[in-house]
Amino acid sequence: MGYTVLRAGASRSFPQDHALLAGAAQDGEVVVIIGADAGAAFRKLARAETRTAVLIELGTECLGVHTGEFRGEEGSNVLGFARFRLGDADPSNLVELVRQPRTGEAAVAAARKVLEGAGLQVAVCGDFAGRIIDRLVRPYYNAALRRLDEGLATAGDLDTTLRLGLGYPEGPIALLERAGLARHFEVTQALYEAYGDPAYAPARRARVAKQKQ
Amino acid sequence: MAAEIKTVGVAGVGTMGAGIAIVAARAGFRTVVYDTRQDALDRARRQTEGFLAKSVERKKLTQPQVDRILGDLSGTTRIGELAACDIVIEAVFEDLKVKHALLGELNRICPPHALFASNTSTLSITEIAAGSGRDERVVGMHFCLPAQLMKLVEMSPGIRTSEDAFRAAWEFCRALGQVPVRTQDSPGFILNYFLVPFNNDAIRLVEAGVAAPADIDRAVKSGLGYPMGPLELLDLVGLDTHLLVAEALYASTREPRAAVPALVRRMIAAGHLGRKTGRGFYSYQGSAMFGG
Ligand SMILES: NC(=O)c1ccc[n+]([C@@H]2O[C@H](COP(=O)([O-])OP(=O)(O)OC[C@H]3O[C@@H](n4cnc5c(N)ncnc54)[C@H](O)[C@@H]3O)[C@@H](O)[C@H]2O)c1
Repeated sequence: MGYTVLRAGASRSFPQDHALLAGAAQDGEVVVIIGADAGAAFRKLARAETRTAVLIELGTECLGVHTGEFRGEEGSNVLGFARFRLGDADPSNLVELVRQPRTGEAAVAAARKVLEGAGLQVAVCGDFAGRIIDRLVRPYYNAALRRLDEGLATAGDLDTTLRLGLGYPEGPIALLERAGLARHFEVTQALYEAYGDPAYAPARRARVAKQKQ
Repeated sequence: MAAEIKTVGVAGVGTMGAGIAIVAARAGFRTVVYDTRQDALDRARRQTEGFLAKSVERKKLTQPQVDRILGDLSGTTRIGELAACDIVIEAVFEDLKVKHALLGELNRICPPHALFASNTSTLSITEIAAGSGRDERVVGMHFCLPAQLMKLVEMSPGIRTSEDAFRAAWEFCRALGQVPVRTQDSPGFILNYFLVPFNNDAIRLVEAGVAAPADIDRAVKSGLGYPMGPLELLDLVGLDTHLLVAEALYASTREPRAAVPALVRRMIAAGHLGRKTGRGFYSYQGSAMFGG
């Protein structure tokens, strides 16, 4: 399936060359808009409704910010997406593909085909702050930092336990050190504001790292 | 210290005890396995022989090694045969009364230097130790399932455990070829404290319609590199087992993320316990998984 890539500012999902960018054509049925200003570029896109699918790269915002929402009946050929990336680490192979209640199945299928065709893994999710992974890992990271403060175990033993016990490639403390504690603060603070759930409230160590910046 | 430990007792030879006994005998300890039920002993012996035969096939052990291991492993329904043990690891039912009764009896039988280790997942080591008559020599040794393959052991001292006893148990754990980590005697230790709420959160995403189980699992595996997604893992563990562990964790921490989502009880009521009933978050036919 032919697809076009439009660039609108620096992209967090595709900071470097990638098969998705290399495989793009001039005038495809699917339009993929990447970059921090993808939403603005979408508003200027001609004939958006005639495309099989339009994909907008999202930051932390919901897709509804760009498409508008109506009574839980929103949805069209427009989808959001972001490649999952922890802080400043390289982007993972996973794309979270965001749909709305009435998004057309043909648009979802076309988007999936384009992304998978470029070697990416696709997880479809609803239009919620934090999508899938951030919603799951941020409370876990906050708990790990809190329990470290409380002396449950040393940082090394916490990490060893989760690696050996569950086969995680990395324990939470080493991972946060690598990806950036201050970046964790920013993501989890935004989720705390969105949901008001104390599980997202930044752990002390994340707050300290942010304040020290 | 560890050199003092020559004979190991394992009390309760169910899912965990059978694996722990293999670990002990494989590491060269004379190992006495005690269970109240002869059928449990017989089943464990058959499973052990099967496991060790596979280890030979996979060239992890030689036949003479297996013969030595099986020779060092004996089973009994008479608790008195644990009298010569330098350490007894208990893996009996997860019930404080049962553990107290067992340790109290062992306290009368075993020599004063003997250590008692508990494999409990959800009870407090300090509370278990309090009923043992020798609480300064009781330590937590939480093995992972399947113990004969998983290296990790979470070790915790109770409030009254002596540092000497803890260190001896630690050295013993290393002599077993396992990897000990030290954790406080705190609900869920490390592993379950983090895993149970994480899995509950994944269930809540399904409940809230954020994504389908297969999408959540795919996201976690390819985004984070976890070997299994949380919902696949729950299907493997069984939702009934998850409910028990989560309820115990919630009862002792009152942390909202430990509270079991309502969907779990509905799925249990519907018979969707996971792989063992052919349906959980996924449907299974034989061992293959389909749908999502
Ligand atoms: N199953 C797991 O995944 C897992 C993991 C880690 C720790 N644990 C802990 O290990 C312990 C055992 O769990 P399990 O899953 O192996 O249980 P299980 O039910 O499979 O086995 C328990 C065994 O203990 C025997 N038993 C009961 N009371 C006894 C007594 N008074 N004296 C001697 N034998 C007795 C039973 O006959 C049975 O064979 C529990 O404390 C549990 O919390 C379980």
